[in-house]
Amino acid sequence: MAGSLERADRRRAALMLSPAYLWLTAAVFLPLSAMAFFSLLTDVPFGGRDWAFTLQNYRDFFETGTYALLLWKSLKLGLIVTALCVLIGFPFALVLAKAIKGRAREALFLLVILPFWSNSLVRIFSWAIVLRGNGVLDAAVNAILPWEVRVNLMFSQSAIVIGLVHSYLPYVILTAYLALQAIDDSLIEAARSLGAPRRTILLRILLPLSAPGLIAGAVLIFVPVVGSFMEPRLLGGRVGTYYGTAIEDQFVAVFNWPLGAALSFILLAVVLVILALATPALRKAPT
Amino acid sequence: MTNRLLARLGHLYLGLILVFLYAPILVMAAMSFNRSEFYQLPFDFTTDWYAKLWHNGEILAAAGRSVWIAGTVTAIATVLGTAASIALYRHSFPGKALLRALLFPPIAIPWLITGTAMLVFFFGIGLDRGTPAVIIGHVALALPYVIVVVSSRLATLDPALEEAARSLGARPWTVTRAVTIPWILPGIIAGALFAFAVSFDQFVVSYFLSEPGDSTLPVLIYTSIRKGFTPEINAVSTLIIAVSMALMLLAARRVRFGGED
Repeated sequence: MAGSLERADRRRAALMLSPAYLWLTAAVFLPLSAMAFFSLLTDVPFGGRDWAFTLQNYRDFFETGTYALLLWKSLKLGLIVTALCVLIGFPFALVLAKAIKGRAREALFLLVILPFWSNSLVRIFSWAIVLRGNGVLDAAVNAILPWEVRVNLMFSQSAIVIGLVHSYLPYVILTAYLALQAIDDSLIEAARSLGAPRRTILLRILLPLSAPGLIAGAVLIFVPVVGSFMEPRLLGGRVGTYYGTAIEDQFVAVFNWPLGAALSFILLAVVLVILALATPALRKAPT
Repeated sequence: MTNRLLARLGHLYLGLILVFLYAPILVMAAMSFNRSEFYQLPFDFTTDWYAKLWHNGEILAAAGRSVWIAGTVTAIATVLGTAASIALYRHSFPGKALLRALLFPPIAIPWLITGTAMLVFFFGIGLDRGTPAVIIGHVALALPYVIVVVSSRLATLDPALEEAARSLGARPWTVTRAVTIPWILPGIIAGALFAFAVSFDQFVVSYFLSEPGDSTLPVLIYTSIRKGFTPEINAVSTLIIAVSMALMLLAARRVRFGGED
Protein backbone atom coordinates (compact mmCIF):
# COMPACT_ATOMS: atom_id res chain seq x y z
CA MET A 1 0.00 0.00 0.00
CA ALA A 2 2.69 2.43 1.04
CA GLY A 3 4.74 1.38 -1.98
CA SER A 4 1.97 2.14 -4.44
CA LEU A 5 1.38 5.52 -2.85
CA GLU A 6 5.02 6.32 -3.21
CA ARG A 7 4.95 5.32 -6.84
CA ALA A 8 1.96 7.60 -7.44
CA ASP A 9 3.88 10.39 -5.77
CA ARG A 10 6.87 9.79 -7.96
CA ARG A 11 4.73 9.76 -11.09
CA ARG A 12 3.10 13.02 -10.04
CA ALA A 13 6.50 14.64 -9.42
CA ALA A 14 7.76 13.52 -12.83
CA LEU A 15 4.59 14.84 -14.44
CA MET A 16 5.04 18.25 -12.84
CA LEU A 17 8.77 18.50 -13.50
CA SER A 18 9.13 17.11 -17.00
CA PRO A 19 7.38 19.86 -19.02
CA ALA A 20 9.70 22.56 -17.68
CA TYR A 21 12.84 20.48 -17.99
CA LEU A 22 11.96 19.03 -21.40
CA TRP A 23 11.46 22.60 -22.56
CA LEU A 24 14.86 23.66 -21.20
CA THR A 25 16.43 20.62 -22.86
CA ALA A 26 14.86 21.32 -26.25
CA ALA A 27 15.53 25.05 -26.20
CA VAL A 28 18.87 25.35 -24.38
CA PHE A 29 20.77 22.12 -23.84
CA LEU A 30 20.14 20.47 -27.23
CA PRO A 31 20.95 23.70 -29.09
CA LEU A 32 24.24 24.03 -27.20
CA SER A 33 25.11 20.45 -28.20
CA ALA A 34 24.01 21.13 -31.77
CA MET A 35 26.37 24.09 -31.83
CA ALA A 36 29.27 21.88 -30.81
CA PHE A 37 28.38 19.60 -33.74
CA PHE A 38 28.05 22.50 -36.19
CA SER A 39 31.41 23.90 -35.19
CA LEU A 40 33.02 20.73 -36.58
CA LEU A 41 31.49 21.02 -40.06
CA THR A 42 32.71 22.55 -43.30
CA ASP A 43 29.27 23.83 -44.23
CA VAL A 44 25.70 23.83 -42.89
CA PRO A 45 24.14 20.35 -43.15
CA PHE A 46 20.89 21.49 -44.78
CA GLY A 47 19.69 23.06 -48.00
CA GLY A 48 21.40 20.35 -50.00
CA ARG A 49 24.90 21.61 -49.18
CA ASP A 50 27.91 19.32 -49.16
CA TRP A 51 29.46 19.05 -45.74
CA ALA A 52 32.17 17.09 -43.98
CA PHE A 53 33.77 16.99 -40.57
CA THR A 54 36.69 19.31 -40.03
CA LEU A 55 38.70 21.04 -37.33
CA GLN A 56 39.36 23.95 -39.68
CA ASN A 57 37.09 26.38 -37.78
CA TYR A 58 39.07 25.90 -34.60
CA ARG A 59 42.31 26.02 -36.58
CA ASP A 60 41.12 29.36 -37.98
CA PHE A 61 40.80 30.67 -34.45
CA PHE A 62 44.25 29.58 -33.33
CA GLU A 63 46.18 30.17 -36.54
CA THR A 64 44.90 33.45 -37.96
CA GLY A 65 45.19 35.30 -34.67
CA THR A 66 42.43 37.76 -35.64
CA TYR A 67 39.78 36.11 -33.51
CA ALA A 68 42.13 35.30 -30.65
CA LEU A 69 43.09 38.97 -30.60
CA LEU A 70 39.42 39.99 -30.54
CA LEU A 71 38.74 37.58 -27.70
CA TRP A 72 41.65 39.09 -25.80
CA LYS A 73 40.22 42.57 -26.49
CA SER A 74 36.83 41.46 -25.17
CA LEU A 75 38.40 39.91 -22.07
CA LYS A 76 40.21 43.19 -21.40
CA LEU A 77 36.96 45.11 -21.85
CA GLY A 78 35.34 42.71 -19.39
CA LEU A 79 38.10 43.33 -16.83
CA ILE A 80 37.89 47.13 -17.17
CA VAL A 81 34.10 47.22 -16.89
CA THR A 82 34.07 44.74 -14.00
CA ALA A 83 36.76 46.64 -12.08
CA LEU A 84 34.94 49.96 -12.55
CA CYS A 85 31.62 48.45 -11.48
CA VAL A 86 33.15 46.95 -8.32
CA LEU A 87 35.01 50.17 -7.44
CA ILE A 88 31.92 52.32 -7.97
CA GLY A 89 29.37 49.82 -6.68
CA PHE A 90 30.96 48.67 -3.41
CA PRO A 91 30.98 52.10 -1.71
CA PHE A 92 27.37 52.59 -2.83
CA ALA A 93 26.34 49.24 -1.33
CA LEU A 94 28.32 50.02 1.83
CA VAL A 95 26.58 53.36 2.43
CA LEU A 96 23.21 51.83 1.57
CA ALA A 97 23.62 48.81 3.86
CA LYS A 98 25.30 50.45 6.83
CA ALA A 99 24.43 54.16 6.87
CA ILE A 100 20.83 54.30 5.65
CA LYS A 101 17.89 52.84 7.51
CA GLY A 102 14.26 51.89 7.09
CA ARG A 103 12.04 53.04 4.26
CA ALA A 104 14.68 55.28 2.70
CA ARG A 105 16.93 52.26 2.25
CA GLU A 106 14.14 50.24 0.67
CA ALA A 107 13.30 53.08 -1.72
CA LEU A 108 16.94 53.64 -2.71
CA PHE A 109 17.43 49.94 -3.28
CA LEU A 110 14.41 49.85 -5.56
CA LEU A 111 15.76 52.87 -7.46
CA VAL A 112 18.95 50.93 -8.22
CA ILE A 113 17.10 47.77 -9.25
CA LEU A 114 14.59 49.50 -11.52
CA PRO A 115 16.86 50.48 -14.41
CA PHE A 116 18.60 47.13 -14.11
CA TRP A 117 15.38 45.38 -15.02
CA SER A 118 14.45 47.77 -17.77
CA ASN A 119 15.36 47.35 -21.39
CA SER A 120 19.15 47.24 -21.83
CA LEU A 121 19.05 48.10 -25.54
CA VAL A 122 17.05 51.25 -24.83
CA ARG A 123 19.46 52.27 -22.06
CA ILE A 124 22.42 51.93 -24.44
CA PHE A 125 20.51 53.97 -26.99
CA SER A 126 19.95 56.69 -24.39
CA TRP A 127 23.75 57.00 -23.99
CA ALA A 128 24.06 57.49 -27.73
CA ILE A 129 21.85 60.57 -27.37
CA VAL A 130 23.85 61.90 -24.41
CA LEU A 131 27.33 61.25 -25.77
CA ARG A 132 27.04 62.36 -29.38
CA GLY A 133 28.79 65.53 -30.50
CA ASN A 134 26.50 68.58 -30.12
CA GLY A 135 24.66 66.37 -27.66
CA VAL A 136 23.51 66.96 -24.13
CA LEU A 137 26.87 66.20 -22.49
CA ASP A 138 28.56 68.62 -24.85
CA ALA A 139 26.03 71.35 -23.98
CA ALA A 140 26.26 70.64 -20.23
CA VAL A 141 30.07 70.74 -20.15
CA ASN A 142 30.13 73.99 -22.11
CA ALA A 143 27.53 75.55 -19.84
CA ILE A 144 29.85 74.93 -16.85
CA LEU A 145 33.26 75.62 -18.36
CA PRO A 146 34.07 79.21 -19.37
CA TRP A 147 36.01 78.14 -22.46
CA GLU A 148 34.80 76.26 -25.48
CA VAL A 149 35.44 72.50 -25.62
CA ARG A 150 34.11 69.92 -28.01
CA VAL A 151 32.98 66.81 -26.19
CA ASN A 152 32.29 63.96 -28.51
CA LEU A 153 32.74 60.61 -26.80
CA MET A 154 30.46 58.79 -29.21
CA PHE A 155 32.04 55.98 -31.21
CA SER A 156 34.97 55.54 -28.84
CA GLN A 157 36.18 52.93 -26.39
CA SER A 158 35.13 55.28 -23.54
CA ALA A 159 31.55 55.34 -24.81
CA ILE A 160 31.44 51.54 -24.79
CA VAL A 161 32.84 51.38 -21.25
CA ILE A 162 30.41 54.04 -19.96
CA GLY A 163 27.43 52.27 -21.51
CA LEU A 164 28.45 48.88 -20.15
CA VAL A 165 29.20 50.19 -16.64
CA HIS A 166 25.77 51.82 -16.67
CA SER A 167 24.17 48.53 -17.74
CA TYR A 168 25.89 46.28 -15.21
CA LEU A 169 26.57 48.48 -12.15
CA PRO A 170 23.30 47.45 -10.45
CA TYR A 171 24.44 43.76 -10.42
CA VAL A 172 27.38 44.40 -8.14
CA ILE A 173 25.45 46.87 -5.99
CA LEU A 174 22.79 44.19 -5.55
CA THR A 175 25.14 41.34 -4.60
CA ALA A 176 27.46 43.49 -2.45
CA TYR A 177 24.48 45.00 -0.65
CA LEU A 178 22.99 41.60 0.16
CA ALA A 179 26.37 40.40 1.47
CA LEU A 180 26.99 43.55 3.53
CA GLN A 181 23.50 43.51 4.96
CA ALA A 182 24.07 39.99 6.25
CA ILE A 183 27.02 41.21 8.37
CA ASP A 184 25.90 41.62 11.96
CA ASP A 185 26.16 45.25 13.08
CA SER A 186 27.26 44.15 16.54
CA LEU A 187 30.46 42.79 14.97
CA ILE A 188 31.30 46.29 13.74
CA GLU A 189 30.25 47.76 17.10
CA ALA A 190 32.56 45.36 18.91
CA ALA A 191 35.51 46.27 16.69
CA ARG A 192 34.80 49.97 17.15
CA SER A 193 34.53 49.74 20.92
CA LEU A 194 37.86 47.93 20.97
CA GLY A 195 39.32 50.97 19.26
CA ALA A 196 39.64 49.71 15.67
CA PRO A 197 39.95 52.58 13.20
CA ARG A 198 37.57 52.74 10.22
CA ARG A 199 40.22 51.47 7.82
CA THR A 200 40.72 48.34 9.89
CA ILE A 201 36.98 47.69 10.09
CA LEU A 202 36.74 48.01 6.33
CA LEU A 203 39.77 45.86 5.54
CA ARG A 204 39.42 43.22 8.25
CA ILE A 205 35.65 42.85 8.59
CA LEU A 206 33.56 44.37 5.80
CA LEU A 207 35.66 43.45 2.77
CA PRO A 208 36.47 39.82 3.70
CA LEU A 209 32.91 39.08 4.79
CA SER A 210 31.35 40.59 1.68
CA ALA A 211 33.93 39.09 -0.68
CA PRO A 212 31.67 36.23 -1.86
CA GLY A 213 29.00 38.76 -2.82
CA LEU A 214 31.53 40.95 -4.61
CA ILE A 215 32.94 37.99 -6.53
CA ALA A 216 29.45 36.84 -7.49
CA GLY A 217 28.66 40.33 -8.74
CA ALA A 218 31.95 40.53 -10.64
CA VAL A 219 31.31 37.22 -12.41
CA LEU A 220 27.74 38.23 -13.27
CA ILE A 221 29.22 41.32 -14.95
CA PHE A 222 32.35 39.88 -16.52
CA VAL A 223 30.63 36.99 -18.31
CA PRO A 224 27.99 38.98 -20.24
CA VAL A 225 30.41 41.83 -21.00
CA VAL A 226 32.85 39.41 -22.68
CA GLY A 227 29.93 38.20 -24.79
CA SER A 228 28.48 41.66 -25.52
CA PHE A 229 27.94 42.75 -29.10
CA MET A 230 25.04 45.22 -29.14
CA GLU A 231 26.76 47.75 -26.85
CA PRO A 232 30.06 47.93 -28.82
CA ARG A 233 28.06 48.05 -32.05
CA LEU A 234 25.86 50.98 -31.04
CA LEU A 235 28.34 53.03 -28.98
CA GLY A 236 31.60 52.05 -30.64
CA GLY A 237 30.81 52.37 -34.32
CA ARG A 238 33.95 51.58 -36.23
CA VAL A 239 36.09 51.00 -33.10
CA GLY A 240 33.40 48.67 -31.78
CA THR A 241 34.73 45.43 -33.23
CA TYR A 242 34.93 42.85 -30.46
CA TYR A 243 34.67 39.10 -30.13
CA GLY A 244 30.90 39.34 -29.72
CA THR A 245 30.45 41.42 -32.87
CA ALA A 246 32.66 38.95 -34.78
CA ILE A 247 30.28 36.15 -33.77
CA GLU A 248 27.25 38.27 -34.68
CA ASP A 249 28.78 38.89 -38.13
CA GLN A 250 29.23 35.19 -38.82
CA PHE A 251 25.52 34.63 -38.23
CA VAL A 252 23.86 37.71 -39.71
CA ALA A 253 26.32 39.15 -42.26
CA VAL A 254 28.88 36.60 -43.48
CA PHE A 255 26.68 33.52 -42.97
CA ASN A 256 29.60 31.31 -42.03
CA TRP A 257 27.64 29.44 -39.39
CA PRO A 258 30.18 26.69 -38.68
CA LEU A 259 32.85 29.31 -37.94
CA GLY A 260 30.35 31.30 -35.87
CA ALA A 261 29.47 28.14 -33.94
CA ALA A 262 33.15 27.43 -33.29
CA LEU A 263 33.69 31.01 -32.06
CA SER A 264 30.59 30.78 -29.84
CA PHE A 265 31.75 27.45 -28.49
CA ILE A 266 35.19 28.81 -27.62
CA LEU A 267 33.48 31.68 -25.78
CA LEU A 268 31.30 29.15 -23.97
CA ALA A 269 34.43 27.27 -22.86
CA VAL A 270 35.94 30.50 -21.51
CA VAL A 271 32.69 31.33 -19.71
CA LEU A 272 32.43 27.85 -18.17
CA VAL A 273 36.02 28.04 -16.89
CA ILE A 274 35.28 31.41 -15.25
CA LEU A 275 32.03 30.12 -13.73
CA ALA A 276 33.78 26.99 -12.45
CA LEU A 277 36.54 29.05 -10.84
CA ALA A 278 33.97 31.28 -9.18
CA THR A 279 31.62 28.50 -8.05
CA PRO A 280 32.85 28.39 -4.41
CA ALA A 281 32.20 32.13 -4.08
CA LEU A 282 28.89 31.93 -5.94
CA ARG A 283 27.71 29.20 -3.61
CA LYS A 284 28.51 31.27 -0.52
CA ALA A 285 26.93 34.47 -1.80
CA PRO A 286 23.55 35.16 -0.20
CA THR A 287 21.16 35.49 -3.11
CA MET B 1 36.92 63.24 9.47
CA THR B 2 33.88 63.59 11.65
CA ASN B 3 31.06 61.11 11.40
CA ARG B 4 28.65 63.71 10.17
CA LEU B 5 30.90 64.77 7.34
CA LEU B 6 31.35 61.15 6.36
CA ALA B 7 27.59 60.63 6.34
CA ARG B 8 27.17 63.74 4.16
CA LEU B 9 29.76 62.45 1.71
CA GLY B 10 28.02 59.09 1.66
CA HIS B 11 24.68 60.65 0.80
CA LEU B 12 26.29 62.82 -1.86
CA TYR B 13 27.86 59.72 -3.39
CA LEU B 14 24.52 57.88 -3.52
CA GLY B 15 23.01 60.92 -5.21
CA LEU B 16 25.74 61.11 -7.82
CA ILE B 17 25.43 57.44 -8.75
CA LEU B 18 21.65 57.72 -9.01
CA VAL B 19 22.12 60.69 -11.34
CA PHE B 20 24.48 58.56 -13.42
CA LEU B 21 21.90 55.76 -13.54
CA TYR B 22 18.92 57.93 -14.41
CA ALA B 23 20.25 60.94 -16.32
CA PRO B 24 20.59 59.28 -19.75
CA ILE B 25 17.11 57.78 -19.49
CA LEU B 26 15.64 61.17 -18.54
CA VAL B 27 17.56 62.88 -21.35
CA MET B 28 16.23 60.35 -23.83
CA ALA B 29 12.67 60.89 -22.54
CA ALA B 30 13.07 64.68 -22.69
CA MET B 31 14.37 64.51 -26.26
CA SER B 32 11.25 62.61 -27.31
CA PHE B 33 9.35 65.82 -26.49
CA ASN B 34 11.82 68.11 -28.30
CA ARG B 35 10.94 69.40 -31.75
CA SER B 36 14.44 69.25 -33.24
CA GLU B 37 15.03 66.16 -35.30
CA PHE B 38 18.75 66.32 -34.52
CA TYR B 39 18.35 66.66 -30.75
CA GLN B 40 19.34 70.30 -30.90
CA LEU B 41 18.75 72.69 -28.00
CA PRO B 42 17.04 75.02 -27.06
CA PHE B 43 14.23 72.78 -26.01
CA ASP B 44 10.99 73.25 -27.90
CA PHE B 45 8.14 71.16 -26.50
CA THR B 46 6.12 69.00 -28.86
CA THR B 47 4.18 65.74 -28.81
CA ASP B 48 4.57 65.34 -32.56
CA TRP B 49 6.91 62.36 -32.24
CA TYR B 50 4.32 60.44 -30.26
CA ALA B 51 1.68 61.36 -32.83
CA LYS B 52 3.99 60.12 -35.57
CA LEU B 53 4.54 56.92 -33.66
CA TRP B 54 0.81 56.34 -33.63
CA HIS B 55 0.78 56.39 -37.43
CA ASN B 56 3.92 54.26 -37.89
CA GLY B 57 2.48 50.90 -38.90
CA GLU B 58 5.80 49.09 -38.70
CA ILE B 59 6.48 50.12 -35.08
CA LEU B 60 2.89 49.47 -34.02
CA ALA B 61 2.96 45.99 -35.57
CA ALA B 62 6.26 45.20 -33.83
CA ALA B 63 4.90 46.50 -30.52
CA GLY B 64 1.79 44.37 -30.88
CA ARG B 65 3.93 41.34 -31.71
CA SER B 66 6.16 41.97 -28.68
CA VAL B 67 3.20 42.19 -26.32
CA TRP B 68 1.56 39.13 -27.82
CA ILE B 69 4.78 37.10 -27.58
CA ALA B 70 5.46 38.25 -24.02
CA GLY B 71 1.91 37.32 -23.00
CA THR B 72 2.19 33.83 -24.48
CA VAL B 73 5.63 33.33 -22.93
CA THR B 74 4.33 34.49 -19.54
CA ALA B 75 1.42 32.03 -19.63
CA ILE B 76 3.58 29.04 -20.61
CA ALA B 77 6.56 29.83 -18.37
CA THR B 78 4.40 30.59 -15.32
CA VAL B 79 2.41 27.35 -15.54
CA LEU B 80 5.41 25.10 -16.27
CA GLY B 81 7.64 26.91 -13.79
CA THR B 82 5.12 26.85 -10.96
CA ALA B 83 4.45 23.13 -11.46
CA ALA B 84 8.17 22.38 -11.41
CA SER B 85 8.72 24.54 -8.31
CA ILE B 86 5.96 22.76 -6.38
CA ALA B 87 7.37 19.35 -7.33
CA LEU B 88 10.86 20.44 -6.26
CA TYR B 89 9.42 21.70 -2.97
CA ARG B 90 7.37 18.59 -2.15
CA HIS B 91 9.60 15.72 -3.13
CA SER B 92 13.12 14.79 -2.37
CA PHE B 93 14.75 12.47 -4.86
CA PRO B 94 18.21 11.74 -6.18
CA GLY B 95 19.24 14.29 -8.79
CA LYS B 96 17.24 17.13 -7.27
CA ALA B 97 20.36 19.22 -6.72
CA LEU B 98 21.27 18.65 -10.37
CA LEU B 99 17.82 19.82 -11.50
CA ARG B 100 18.27 23.01 -9.49
CA ALA B 101 21.76 23.50 -10.92
CA LEU B 102 20.40 23.10 -14.48
CA LEU B 103 18.43 26.33 -14.00
CA PHE B 104 21.70 28.24 -13.85
CA PRO B 105 23.06 27.89 -17.44
CA PRO B 106 20.17 29.68 -19.20
CA ILE B 107 20.72 32.65 -16.86
CA ALA B 108 24.52 32.60 -16.72
CA ILE B 109 25.55 31.78 -20.30
CA PRO B 110 25.68 34.97 -22.41
CA TRP B 111 22.57 35.33 -24.55
CA LEU B 112 24.79 35.67 -27.60
CA ILE B 113 25.81 32.02 -27.18
CA THR B 114 22.32 30.79 -26.30
CA GLY B 115 20.77 32.78 -29.13
CA THR B 116 23.14 31.60 -31.84
CA ALA B 117 22.89 28.01 -30.56
CA MET B 118 19.09 28.20 -30.77
CA LEU B 119 19.31 29.61 -34.29
CA VAL B 120 21.58 26.79 -35.42
CA PHE B 121 19.48 24.09 -33.75
CA PHE B 122 16.05 25.37 -34.81
CA PHE B 123 17.27 25.77 -38.37
CA GLY B 124 18.74 22.28 -38.27
CA ILE B 125 15.44 20.67 -37.21
CA GLY B 126 13.52 22.68 -39.82
CA LEU B 127 11.73 25.06 -37.43
CA ASP B 128 13.34 28.08 -39.09
CA ARG B 129 13.26 31.63 -37.74
CA GLY B 130 10.02 33.38 -36.80
CA THR B 131 7.58 33.94 -33.97
CA PRO B 132 7.29 30.27 -32.83
CA ALA B 133 11.07 30.04 -32.52
CA VAL B 134 11.15 33.31 -30.57
CA ILE B 135 8.46 32.06 -28.16
CA ILE B 136 10.24 28.73 -27.59
CA GLY B 137 13.48 30.59 -26.87
CA HIS B 138 11.93 33.18 -24.56
CA VAL B 139 10.10 30.55 -22.49
CA ALA B 140 13.41 28.78 -21.88
CA LEU B 141 14.98 32.05 -20.70
CA ALA B 142 12.02 32.95 -18.49
CA LEU B 143 11.54 29.51 -16.85
CA PRO B 144 14.54 29.68 -14.48
CA TYR B 145 13.43 33.11 -13.22
CA VAL B 146 9.89 31.85 -12.55
CA ILE B 147 11.19 28.76 -10.74
CA VAL B 148 13.63 30.77 -8.61
CA VAL B 149 11.01 33.37 -7.62
CA VAL B 150 8.20 30.85 -6.94
CA SER B 151 10.62 28.57 -5.03
CA SER B 152 11.68 31.40 -2.77
CA ARG B 153 8.03 31.99 -1.89
CA LEU B 154 7.48 28.23 -1.40
CA ALA B 155 10.33 28.23 1.12
CA THR B 156 8.03 30.21 3.43
CA LEU B 157 5.25 27.59 3.23
CA ASP B 158 5.14 25.32 6.29
CA PRO B 159 5.08 21.69 5.06
CA ALA B 160 2.77 20.90 7.98
CA LEU B 161 0.04 22.89 6.25
CA GLU B 162 0.00 20.61 3.19
CA GLU B 163 0.42 17.61 5.50
CA ALA B 164 -2.64 18.63 7.50
CA ALA B 165 -4.78 19.00 4.39
CA ARG B 166 -3.62 15.61 3.13
CA SER B 167 -4.26 13.85 6.42
CA LEU B 168 -7.77 15.30 6.44
CA GLY B 169 -8.32 13.41 3.18
CA ALA B 170 -7.74 16.10 0.55
CA ARG B 171 -6.62 14.71 -2.78
CA PRO B 172 -3.23 15.97 -4.10
CA TRP B 173 -4.80 18.35 -6.62
CA THR B 174 -7.13 19.72 -3.93
CA VAL B 175 -4.14 20.34 -1.66
CA THR B 176 -2.42 22.22 -4.47
CA ARG B 177 -5.48 24.26 -5.35
CA ALA B 178 -6.76 25.05 -1.87
CA VAL B 179 -3.55 25.28 0.19
CA THR B 180 -0.39 25.65 -1.90
CA ILE B 181 -1.47 28.00 -4.69
CA PRO B 182 -3.22 30.56 -2.45
CA TRP B 183 -0.11 30.76 -0.27
CA ILE B 184 2.39 31.18 -3.09
CA LEU B 185 0.16 33.37 -5.28
CA PRO B 186 2.25 36.52 -4.67
CA GLY B 187 5.31 34.56 -5.82
CA ILE B 188 3.48 33.28 -8.90
CA ILE B 189 2.40 36.80 -9.84
CA ALA B 190 5.92 38.14 -9.33
CA GLY B 191 7.31 35.26 -11.39
CA ALA B 192 4.82 36.02 -14.15
CA LEU B 193 5.86 39.68 -14.16
CA PHE B 194 9.51 38.64 -14.40
CA ALA B 195 8.67 36.31 -17.28
CA PHE B 196 6.84 39.10 -19.08
CA ALA B 197 9.76 41.48 -18.55
CA VAL B 198 12.34 38.89 -19.70
CA SER B 199 10.43 38.37 -22.93
CA PHE B 200 9.32 41.95 -23.55
CA ASP B 201 12.83 43.37 -23.04
CA GLN B 202 14.69 40.51 -24.68
CA PHE B 203 16.79 41.66 -27.57
CA VAL B 204 19.68 39.28 -28.22
CA VAL B 205 17.78 36.01 -28.57
CA SER B 206 14.94 37.67 -30.52
CA TYR B 207 17.51 39.24 -32.81
CA PHE B 208 18.86 35.88 -33.91
CA LEU B 209 15.50 34.10 -33.98
CA SER B 210 13.11 36.57 -35.59
CA GLU B 211 12.41 36.84 -39.27
CA PRO B 212 13.48 40.13 -40.88
CA GLY B 213 10.37 42.25 -41.39
CA ASP B 214 8.58 40.23 -38.74
CA SER B 215 10.60 41.31 -35.72
CA THR B 216 9.88 42.26 -32.12
CA LEU B 217 10.07 45.86 -30.93
CA PRO B 218 13.63 45.76 -29.50
CA VAL B 219 14.94 44.18 -32.72
CA LEU B 220 13.18 46.83 -34.81
CA ILE B 221 14.69 49.55 -32.59
CA TYR B 222 18.17 48.07 -33.00
CA THR B 223 17.96 47.95 -36.78
CA SER B 224 16.52 51.48 -36.89
CA ILE B 225 19.27 52.87 -34.62
CA ARG B 226 21.88 51.39 -36.91
CA LYS B 227 20.30 53.16 -39.86
CA GLY B 228 20.40 56.49 -38.00
CA PHE B 229 18.09 57.50 -35.22
CA THR B 230 15.20 59.93 -34.82
CA PRO B 231 13.15 61.25 -31.87
CA GLU B 232 10.51 58.77 -32.94
CA ILE B 233 12.75 56.02 -31.59
CA ASN B 234 13.16 58.07 -28.41
CA ALA B 235 9.39 58.17 -28.08
CA VAL B 236 8.92 54.42 -28.43
CA SER B 237 11.97 53.76 -26.20
CA THR B 238 10.53 56.04 -23.51
CA LEU B 239 7.29 54.08 -23.63
CA ILE B 240 9.19 50.78 -23.33
CA ILE B 241 11.15 51.99 -20.30
CA ALA B 242 7.94 53.22 -18.69
CA VAL B 243 6.27 49.83 -19.24
CA SER B 244 9.18 47.77 -17.90
CA MET B 245 9.69 50.01 -14.87
CA ALA B 246 5.99 49.82 -14.07
CA LEU B 247 6.17 46.01 -14.31
CA MET B 248 9.12 45.88 -11.92
CA LEU B 249 7.41 48.22 -9.46
CA LEU B 250 4.42 45.86 -9.49
CA ALA B 251 6.71 42.87 -8.93
CA ALA B 252 8.60 44.69 -6.16
CA ARG B 253 5.38 45.06 -4.19
CA ARG B 254 5.19 41.27 -4.03
CA VAL B 255 8.81 40.24 -3.59
CA ARG B 256 11.03 41.99 -1.07
CA PHE B 257 14.28 42.48 -2.95
CA GLY B 258 16.11 44.15 -0.11
CA GLY B 259 15.88 41.24 2.27
CA GLU B 260 14.67 41.74 5.83
CA ASP B 261 15.65 44.83 7.68
